[in-house]
Amino acid sequence: MSGPSSGELLAKPAPGGLGRLLDHRVLLSIAVLAILPWLLPSKALAVNVLIYGVVVMGYNLLFGYTGLLSFGQAAFFGAGAYFTGIAIGRYGVPWFAAVAIAVLLSTCLAAVIGIVSTRTRGIYFSMVTLALAQLVYYVALQASSFTGGENGLRGFTVDRISLFGLQVNFLDPVNKYYVLMAFAGLAMWFQSRILNSPFGAVIEAIRENEQRARACGYDVERSKLVVFMLSGAISSLGGCMLALHLSIVPLDILHYQTSGMIVMMVLLGGARSFFGPFVGAASFLILEDVISLWTPHWQIFVGAIFVLFVLFLPKGIWGTLLDAIGVGKARP
Amino acid sequence: MDLSLIIMQLLSGIALGAVLVITALGLTIVFGMLGVVNFAHGALFMIGAYAGLYLASLTGSFWWGLLLAPILIGAFGMLIEFVLIRRLYGRSIDDPLLLTFGLSYVLVEGVRIVFGSDGIPFPTPPQLIGVLDLGIGFFPRYRLFVIVLVAVVLLALWLALEKTRVGLIVRAGARDPVIMQVLGVDIGRVWLAIFGLGVGLAALGGVLAGPMRSVNPEMGSLVLAEAFVVTVIGGLGSIVGAVVAGLMVGISISLVALFAPEMATIVMFALMAVVLLIRPQGLFGVRGRTA
Repeated sequence: MSGPSSGELLAKPAPGGLGRLLDHRVLLSIAVLAILPWLLPSKALAVNVLIYGVVVMGYNLLFGYTGLLSFGQAAFFGAGAYFTGIAIGRYGVPWFAAVAIAVLLSTCLAAVIGIVSTRTRGIYFSMVTLALAQLVYYVALQASSFTGGENGLRGFTVDRISLFGLQVNFLDPVNKYYVLMAFAGLAMWFQSRILNSPFGAVIEAIRENEQRARACGYDVERSKLVVFMLSGAISSLGGCMLALHLSIVPLDILHYQTSGMIVMMVLLGGARSFFGPFVGAASFLILEDVISLWTPHWQIFVGAIFVLFVLFLPKGIWGTLLDAIGVGKARP
Repeated sequence: MDLSLIIMQLLSGIALGAVLVITALGLTIVFGMLGVVNFAHGALFMIGAYAGLYLASLTGSFWWGLLLAPILIGAFGMLIEFVLIRRLYGRSIDDPLLLTFGLSYVLVEGVRIVFGSDGIPFPTPPQLIGVLDLGIGFFPRYRLFVIVLVAVVLLALWLALEKTRVGLIVRAGARDPVIMQVLGVDIGRVWLAIFGLGVGLAALGGVLAGPMRSVNPEMGSLVLAEAFVVTVIGGLGSIVGAVVAGLMVGISISLVALFAPEMATIVMFALMAVVLLIRPQGLFGVRGRTA
C-alpha cells in the first residue's frame, strides 16, 4: 500500500465545495448513520453496523493510520463487553457508569498488552498481538465464575434506561439504535479530534517512515503505546454497545477469528479513511446476511472476496471511491 | 509426587513439542526465506490431517497417508505460492499475511463442505497401538514413534541444508536473494520449493497429530496460535529456535497440566510474554528485522 508522501500529508484538504464539505466528516457520518436503519433490511442489522463500525474505527487508528497490523483487537472489543456485563449483572452498577468503567478497564488491558507487543516490529507485532489476545480468550474461558466460561456471560439485561429523567424503552429497536448512535457519535468525535491533533500527524509519520519520525525527535515507542491504548479504548466502547444490545456476551467475541473479522472489515471498507470502517462493517455484515440466506457456508465466499480485495483493491470500497472522485488526499 | 511420573509427563511433553516443532519449522523456514508469514499454516495443518486420514482409509494403510499427505499438500502449497502469493512480492509485508488469512477462511469452510463440521476419529496404526514398558512406567507406542520420526526428519532437514548444494543455495538465498539472481540462480523456483516444503511440514504435523487428538475443521486455529508462540519465542526465521522453543512449549504445557490443569493453555502465552520482555527478538532471533 503506497501512501502519500509527507508533503501531501501536511497539505490541507482540497479547497472547493467538496473539500469544504468534507471538513465536517463527523457530522456527515452521523447524518448517514441517522438514516441507516431505513436503508437496511432490518433494524438488527443496522445496530450491528453501528457496533462493528465503532470497533473497526478504533482499530483503524492502529492499522490504517499508524500502520500496525494487530490481530488482537478482539481482546478489547470483548473486554468492553465483558466488563460492562459484569459491572451491571454482578455489581449492579448503573448502565452509564458501567460503560465508563468498562472503557477505563479495557484501556488498562490495552496498556498491558501494548507494553509487551509494541516492543516488537513488523510481522512480529501481528503474531504477538494474536497470541496475547488468545491469552485473554483462555483466561476468560477458565475464569468461568466471573465470565460464564464457554456459555458466555448472561444474567444482565438493560430493558429501560433513563435519560435526563426521561424513561426510554430500550427493547424498542429504534430507541436502541439512536441511543447507541449517540455513543458512536461520541467515538467519531473523539477519533476525529485525535486525527486532527499534532499526535495524529505523528502516528501517520510513524507509518510513513518510522526511522525518520525517530530522527525528528518523536518518541516512537511511546506514541505506539498511546495509540494502541486509544485504539483499544474506542474498540472497547463498541464492546460495551454490544453488551447493552445483546444482553449476553458470547465467548467467541474474544477469539482471534473476531480479530480477523475486524481486519477484514477495515480492509473491505478502506483502511486510513474516516468513514471506511462503517462502510466495511456494513458490507461485511450485508454480505454475510445475503449469502447465508442460501448457503450456510458463507465464510468461503467472504474469504474469497477478501483475497480478491487484498490482490486487486487494497484501498477498499470507500478508499477506492474517494480516490475515484478525487478527494483521496482528504481521506474523509 | 514421584519422579517417574514427572519423567513420563516430560516424555509426553516432548511428543507434544515434536509436533509443534515440525509445524513451527514450516512457518519459520518460509519466513526466513520469503519474508512471508503464512496465516493459512494452521488451516493447512488441518487439511494435512484430513488428507492423511482420507489417504489412509483409501489405501488401507496409515503409512501411505503419512507419506503421501505431506507431498500432496506440499504440492498444493506450491500452487498457492504460484497463483496468489507471488503477486504480492514487493508490496507491503502485511499483504501476504492478509491474503493467507482470507485463504484460511476458504480452506476451513471448504473442508466443512467436503467432510462436514463434526470431528472424525483418526485411528492409530495397528502396529503402534498400546504402550511400551520403559522400566519406570508405560508410554504410548505412538507417541514414542512421533518423537523418533520428528528427530529423523529434523536430522534429514539439517543434512539437506548444511551438506548439499541445494541447501547452500537455500541458505544463500535467505541472506541475499539479489546476489543469488546475479549468480544465475532462479530465485523464484527456490521460493516456490521452500513454500511447498513449509506447507508440507505443516501437513506432516497434521497427520502426526491426528491420532493424538480428533480431526476437525477448527483444529488448525489453536495450532496456528501455538506455532506463532513457538516461532516468537524461538525467533522468527531461526530453525534452531523453532526446535528449542517447540520442545520448551510442549514440555511446559504437559508439566503444568500435571500440577494445575486449568493453567496448561495459558502457560505458553505467559512464557512468550516473558521472553519478549527480556529478548524482543526471541531466543535465537536476529535483532533488526522484527524487533
